[in-house]
Amino acid sequence: MKLLVPVKRVVDYNVKVRVRADGSGVETSGVKMSMNPFDEIAVEEAVRLKEKGVASEIVAVSMGVAACAETLRTALAMGADRGILVETEVELQPLAVAKLLRAIVEKESPRMVILGKQAIDDDMNATGQMLAALLGWPQGTFASKLVIEGDQALVTREVDGGLETVSLTLPAIVTTDLRLNEPRYASLPNIMKARKKPIDILKPADLGVDPSPRLAVLNVAEPPRRQAGKKVASVAELVDKLKNEAKVI
Amino acid sequence: MSHDPTAPASSPFLTEAHHLFRATMHRFVAREIEPYAAAWDEAESFPRALYERAAETGLLQIGFPADYGGVDADPFFGVIAAQELARAGCGGVAASLLSHTIALPPIVAAGPTAMKQRVLPEVLAGRRIAALAITEPECGSDVAALNTTALRVGEEYVINGSKTFITSGMRADYLTVAVRTGGPGKGGVSLLLVETGRPGLTRTPLRKMGWWASDTATLYFDAVRVPAVNLIGRENEGFGLIMRNFNRERLGMAAGCIASARLCLEETLRYARARRSFGQRLVDHQVVRHKLADMAMRIEASQAWLEQLAWQVMQGEDPVASICMLKNQATLTMEYCAREAVQTFGGAGYMRGTKVERIYREVRVNAIGGGAEEIMRELAARQWGWVAP
Ligand SMILES: Cc1cc2nc3c(=O)[nH]c(=O)nc-3n(C[C@H](O)[C@H](O)[C@H](O)COP(=O)(O)OP(=O)(O)OC[C@H]3O[C@@H](n4cnc5c(N)ncnc54)[C@H](O)[C@@H]3O)c2cc1C
Repeated sequence: MKLLVPVKRVVDYNVKVRVRADGSGVETSGVKMSMNPFDEIAVEEAVRLKEKGVASEIVAVSMGVAACAETLRTALAMGADRGILVETEVELQPLAVAKLLRAIVEKESPRMVILGKQAIDDDMNATGQMLAALLGWPQGTFASKLVIEGDQALVTREVDGGLETVSLTLPAIVTTDLRLNEPRYASLPNIMKARKKPIDILKPADLGVDPSPRLAVLNVAEPPRRQAGKKVASVAELVDKLKNEAKVI
Repeated sequence: MSHDPTAPASSPFLTEAHHLFRATMHRFVAREIEPYAAAWDEAESFPRALYERAAETGLLQIGFPADYGGVDADPFFGVIAAQELARAGCGGVAASLLSHTIALPPIVAAGPTAMKQRVLPEVLAGRRIAALAITEPECGSDVAALNTTALRVGEEYVINGSKTFITSGMRADYLTVAVRTGGPGKGGVSLLLVETGRPGLTRTPLRKMGWWASDTATLYFDAVRVPAVNLIGRENEGFGLIMRNFNRERLGMAAGCIASARLCLEETLRYARARRSFGQRLVDHQVVRHKLADMAMRIEASQAWLEQLAWQVMQGEDPVASICMLKNQATLTMEYCAREAVQTFGGAGYMRGTKVERIYREVRVNAIGGGAEEIMRELAARQWGWVAP
């Protein structure tokens, strides 16, 4: 069966993000970018399914500026077979991405789309759910375990207070949580092999989708700076400060 | 905004594949080496399992033939690996982890096929460890003067003598040993593969100024017998095989030294922004920030030359003299940056456990091993034809 894995290019998780001076967003120019960590988990899960003989082909998709090709190449080096880049300068929001993905699903007919549960840049946690709704497919979100049995996908989900296992009839949408797996390194031999794997480049118009944003960002601001700590001489002083200065007791 | 000198600048030589490999190495080092570097250095060892983990990234395979489990890759991949490994600030780990990059090339170049099939895939997969044993108690720089003998007796060689300062000497499964099979001088030197389980071989560990995490040993050969098929290349042609690999080794060392110097800059800048004296941050004292600027100047100049020479090697050129002097440029830059780093850290830089303190202790081994600074200058001058033949 064919798997589709969307991968997003985001500010690297090690980077301390800075808000742009004009409050329009965070600074991304000259900042290290890499694949969204949840998407790496999605790629890893797809590759494992292929290694088990459950999946036959893995198609990775990325959307955004031309540099997203590097994110795709990482997915190819981890084991995806080919890539699709939907190239656009337009800022993409979850609904636009979900609509573009629906168009790709209609073209490629995968049996399953495995997405990260959210991207670490805007933490929307929406694309997988929106795609499921648009396609009318069942969804298993926040997967910490995924087992395929015939035309069923058993998804163990991390929910408040425990684990829940749902059975989905394929085709289906799965979104990954942190504990699903530990992604492999894109190894040197596989990086070399990935150079020869194909990447198709499409425009949103080729898919018949208008990706214009529906939400306007009004302002992005740094969280308030933490005040420096204070040393207290006694328990009485501590209680006094908690009561009268911090006003927490 | 101008480029931040605490990270490598963009480079005309690097492709997407290089960037991806850098990301892999960066993550490997950040996850699997850096958190343990201080503890491993104090323990004077690191887990053997790291070899197999490193093999999963392709690190051990760089530049070795694909037929034997390697990955055909241009010199920039080696540069990237060395520079990312240096970010752990624990040169001893890289020295031992990569000892096969000096031990195996003679086998690749001249070993019999059966030996290649037996040794290379196992070492490149991280299951076996290989070391190069040339230096002896009585001779180091003057390789042609080595005294360890190998006498041909029937279908065997019988080895007598000793080797010292051998990286991975204690843990190695395979040794590439330089021996005297012929008359005096370089025309009598051969290379033999010695499996370390052979009777008559004993080893003792050595303790060092730096590179604590690497294992370093003296090896004693007391009538150690190896089959004649363990000869690497032809008899008495070992000297050339030894010399052939120096370009690669020195490029790698230079890359590591420059990255260590850059790490000193990064650590010092961070410290100088946080530490205060006389009412201001250290970096607000002009003397301190000028030191940082001088560090950056030396680092960037060295990096540019490194990449230029890696590119020349990639074109098939053999810039021996320049690589010798690049190695000195790199070790002197590391020396300067380590000095100013520890100095700027003050007493904290003298305490064990910081990266700059470890790097400070690693300067000399780089300036001595792989060709000492004095030897590099002379070799370059000779190569450039400035010495009467
Ligand atoms: C930590 C560590 C790991 C090592 N790992 C290995 C290894 O894995 N395998 C291996 O074979 N060796 C290894 N070595 C040995 C290293 O290659 C030698 O130390 C080096 O080649 C220098 O040799 P030497 O120590 O005998 O110094 P010497 O050759 O005795 O030189 C001593 C000093 O005299 C100077 N000098 C010598 N000749 C001249 C000259 N003609 N003109 C001017 N100055 C000169 C040298 O530059 C040096 O400063 C290692 C060394 C160290 C410290």
